[in-house]
Amino acid sequence: MSDGTTGGDEPLRVILAKLGLDGHDRGLKVVARMLRDAGVEVIYLGLRQTTDTIINAAEQEDADAIGLSMHNAGHLTLAPRMVDAVKDAGLDIPVIVGGIIPEEDAIELSEKGVAAVLGPGASTEDVIGAIRNSVTT
Amino acid sequence: MSLRGVPTAEVFQRAVDGERRALGRLLTLVERGGAAGDEIAEISHPKAGRCHVVGLTGAPGAGKSTITGRLAAAAGVATGDSHRGVGVVAIDPSSPITGGAILGDRIRMDEVIDREGTFVRSMATRGSSGGLALAVPGAIRVLDSVDYNPVIIETVGVGQVEVDIAGTADTTIVVVTPGWGDAVQANKAGLLEVADIFVVNKAERPGAADARRDLELMLDLGAHPEPGKPIWRAPIVMTTATDGIGIDDLWSEVENHREWLTETGELNARRQSRDRFEMLGRIDELLGAIGRARAQSPVGEQLLKRVESRELSPTAAAAELLADLLE
Repeated sequence: MSDGTTGGDEPLRVILAKLGLDGHDRGLKVVARMLRDAGVEVIYLGLRQTTDTIINAAEQEDADAIGLSMHNAGHLTLAPRMVDAVKDAGLDIPVIVGGIIPEEDAIELSEKGVAAVLGPGASTEDVIGAIRNSVTT
Repeated sequence: MSLRGVPTAEVFQRAVDGERRALGRLLTLVERGGAAGDEIAEISHPKAGRCHVVGLTGAPGAGKSTITGRLAAAAGVATGDSHRGVGVVAIDPSSPITGGAILGDRIRMDEVIDREGTFVRSMATRGSSGGLALAVPGAIRVLDSVDYNPVIIETVGVGQVEVDIAGTADTTIVVVTPGWGDAVQANKAGLLEVADIFVVNKAERPGAADARRDLELMLDLGAHPEPGKPIWRAPIVMTTATDGIGIDDLWSEVENHREWLTETGELNARRQSRDRFEMLGRIDELLGAIGRARAQSPVGEQLLKRVESRELSPTAAAAELLADLLE
């Protein structure tokens, strides 16, 4: 079992959401379950979120990270937009993207401030590791 | 930019000034407890005591989150600019095995609440039973102290053990649905005693009238007025929360109940007993910590050996360890 805590006894709090009209939420549900089983408190927002609703939730929930699931090829537009929204709100939490992302796109995303990109084969350890490496607690 | 490392008192001031991220952080610190949690309780307590606390409980799938969202919206309209907004604390269970949780109540609220005026916080039970999280009283105090009013608490929804909410809320709403079970179930669950208002949600479904009649019957049977205690008969509100039907009625009943609480002095009585309950809980915690520390000390270990050799009973050993406190 991976350690989904902030390093002390406190569970990490991670927002999981999908931006825009992408209706494939099965992967997101699987990741939610993976994280829960690793001891993370998942704030599950699900489908059809906007950068505004996610920022609003991140502030109120004092989230440690934002996880976005992307399956409709909108990642190059939407993920950097989320990163900018986080910055504009004065938050210093990582944006992590999961989904089917071509390698060259993953490079571009990380250049644009996405903290980690995870593909369909990512294990619980990979997911937790990506969050833990990018969260500054 | 980060709030990490910012002194607690400053985070509090920033929350008072309206910075939502600071309020979010305060609630995290309250959940963590410890020195920062104590400090927040110190700072917030003198400013608290103004907000009306509404608790919402009921079985899983009864529609608690949807009702909570709608009620928050109705309350926001009714109270207007007289307060900063409506606070919501939505509780979901932590996994007893891993400590993780999936907090999914926001989904049902985000579409209906006024996002500017409503502060929604999801909270995991973190090992506490009874449908609430330990940090709930502290979270209410913080939301109250920065002028959120009312504050609505949505409990876990595990069915029969959720009566803790009645000790925390000024007004407790119990949500049932058509076909939820007969009167025996409700009696068993102790719901009659804790409900200030009943909601029959999904009232468009068959059996809604039966559910209402069952509740009326139980209320008739359960009317044992204590001498000298003011009587409140829980009203029954029929709702279809997904369409917002009946929600204004529900908010009116909450206001009626609040007026009744104030007029009869019951509000102060409830709050006094809540304060006492919280203080006693804290005493248990502090004394328990002292006791455990002493039990692990060399003196404690020695006493344990004497218990093992049947020279002392466990009770006598405990009394000896705490002798100075028990005088």
